[in-house]
Amino acid sequence: MIAWLRTPVGMWSTIVLGALLCLPAILPELMPENQARFWLANIFGRAIIYGIIAMSLTFLATYGGFVSLAQMSLAGVAGYVVAVTVNGAVPSIVGGLSYLTAIPLGVFAAVAAALFVGLVSVRTRDIYLLMITLALAMGFFRFVETNIAWFNGYEGIRNVLGPTVFGLPFRDPHVLYYVSLATAISLYAGVLYLVRSPFGLVLQGIRDNPRRIAALGYNVAHHRIAAFGVAGFIAGCGGVLATIYNIGISPGSVGLSATVNVLIMSVIGGLGHPIGAFIGSLIFAFFDTFAASIYDRNRFNTLIGVVFLIIVLVSPDGVIGFAKRARAFAKEKAAPKDWSRQGSKPG
Amino acid sequence: MSLQLFLTIILNGLTLAALYFIVASGFSLIFGLMRTVNMAHGSLYMVGAYIGYALWEPLYDQDAWYAWYIGVLAGMAAAAAVGVVMQKTLLGWMQGQELRQALVTIGLSIIVADQILAGFGGNPRQFFAPDAIFGSSYVPGVGRYPTFRLFQIGVAVAVGIGLWLLLNRTKVGLMIRAGVDDRAMLSACGVNVPVVNIVVFALGAALAGLGGVIGATAQPLAQGVDGRFLLISLVVVIVGGMGSITGTAIGAILVGLAEQVGQALFPTYSVILTFVIMVVVLALRPQGIMGRAP
Repeated sequence: MIAWLRTPVGMWSTIVLGALLCLPAILPELMPENQARFWLANIFGRAIIYGIIAMSLTFLATYGGFVSLAQMSLAGVAGYVVAVTVNGAVPSIVGGLSYLTAIPLGVFAAVAAALFVGLVSVRTRDIYLLMITLALAMGFFRFVETNIAWFNGYEGIRNVLGPTVFGLPFRDPHVLYYVSLATAISLYAGVLYLVRSPFGLVLQGIRDNPRRIAALGYNVAHHRIAAFGVAGFIAGCGGVLATIYNIGISPGSVGLSATVNVLIMSVIGGLGHPIGAFIGSLIFAFFDTFAASIYDRNRFNTLIGVVFLIIVLVSPDGVIGFAKRARAFAKEKAAPKDWSRQGSKPG
Repeated sequence: MSLQLFLTIILNGLTLAALYFIVASGFSLIFGLMRTVNMAHGSLYMVGAYIGYALWEPLYDQDAWYAWYIGVLAGMAAAAAVGVVMQKTLLGWMQGQELRQALVTIGLSIIVADQILAGFGGNPRQFFAPDAIFGSSYVPGVGRYPTFRLFQIGVAVAVGIGLWLLLNRTKVGLMIRAGVDDRAMLSACGVNVPVVNIVVFALGAALAGLGGVIGATAQPLAQGVDGRFLLISLVVVIVGGMGSITGTAIGAILVGLAEQVGQALFPTYSVILTFVIMVVVLALRPQGIMGRAP
């Protein structure tokens, strides 16, 4: 543990974690009280919540090699199940459940839906998978938009306030922030653990060469579907938090732009490591909030579209990849070239 | 259900399928040759429709009989021009990086949709068809039926036959088909492959623009149609098979009929029927009904 803390990764992880934990105490020192509350909930809290959803996409892309656009819909499945079943939602469609039962039910539904998405797309790869998951996502959107009986159609379901935590309402910025942060950290650690487990190693093997893994006796299809299930669990947790953060859910939360926004976050951050999802969603939240002062309040989409385009064109592996290359470049500049070693390199 | 109602629903499904075929055939054509999944195909539809509208409106106010035809030509030209610029400046040099191309076109579609919203506002618009194809005609078994919707089927059939002739009976078609199989060898034979790519992209985009103007005559044009027609194109080619014109036609007919029959039988669940078809096809034939096995 101590040795790990001395490595650059361990050191930086500790610093970032410490900063995130102290953030609610630091922010009021930097700005007025009401602004600090806004930053805590609507920029950092939101970035963490949508970062969780984006991480489910990054997890599949990094370790499985499939870019799934269904992740926002899976989050939406969890959100809708909570909104439909929980007490106090308006309009009350099924109701009767407390958050204690509704939230696990929502996450369970997201996992089930994710397994279904995995099953449907199990025989496809790459760009076909992207198309099929996008089609499924849009199908889910059209379905909730047109169905009044279960999902209240276009208007969606409001007043999903979330449970009380230690006597405090969930919507309190501190509660929202810390619950989201705790969820994000556990899921993040879970992903890092999982990819080192035998399951994770097989998954990465499938990404690199599915035929060889099949020849080794592993069932490629089952592992792929299971990976979707894991991603569905992550997306479901994010979806429940997002629904409480938005005090409800409507078809707009799972529409094309919401679906694409999750992809944008993942790509801006970088599809090379799960942390990219959170970096991307933080950048996204900044742009979303401050688009008015940067370009034009109503033209946020053009702004984020241009940023996204530049990232894809200049650095396809996102901010992480950019940082990595910048570091390698700086190292090369700083260290004088060791000419003596070059000659002895085995050709 | 009376026979007349049943036939009307079938005819509605076929006319809708005609529109879907026009739009999706462009998508399929681009995908078939270049393996580029053009996520901005819906945006090209919207560009065609809005630019066509901008030229159509003043002419229509002057009662010019040719207003609508100018709108069609302008819509096709505008979409083709945007498509050529996309292929030439962005997509051409990342040939083969399919995922990156898809991401680039997603970025473009966000920007295009937002700029159209800035330029044209959010009010829905609709073309009026020219007098020659306005009003209704008598269809045996159905009764009076909007002439424009029948015209839609005619355009789709013309597009289908035209594409078939182009691909199978002309030199350009020969190059395109050769490019699908082996672009390196085609290039070695002295064909300028990037130019062929641009021609195909322009053609595919023009079909999206044509679909845009026709679609905006049959039903109102508003924000969000780009997503809708991108989805339709995706589902149609997934069901029918990528890069096959016949497959696109079959896919369009299945999706169009499913949508209309679904809306008649179980209105709020009709979307599911479309996706049941998609899931069943994927389970049985992952490459689509007419697609070639990868």
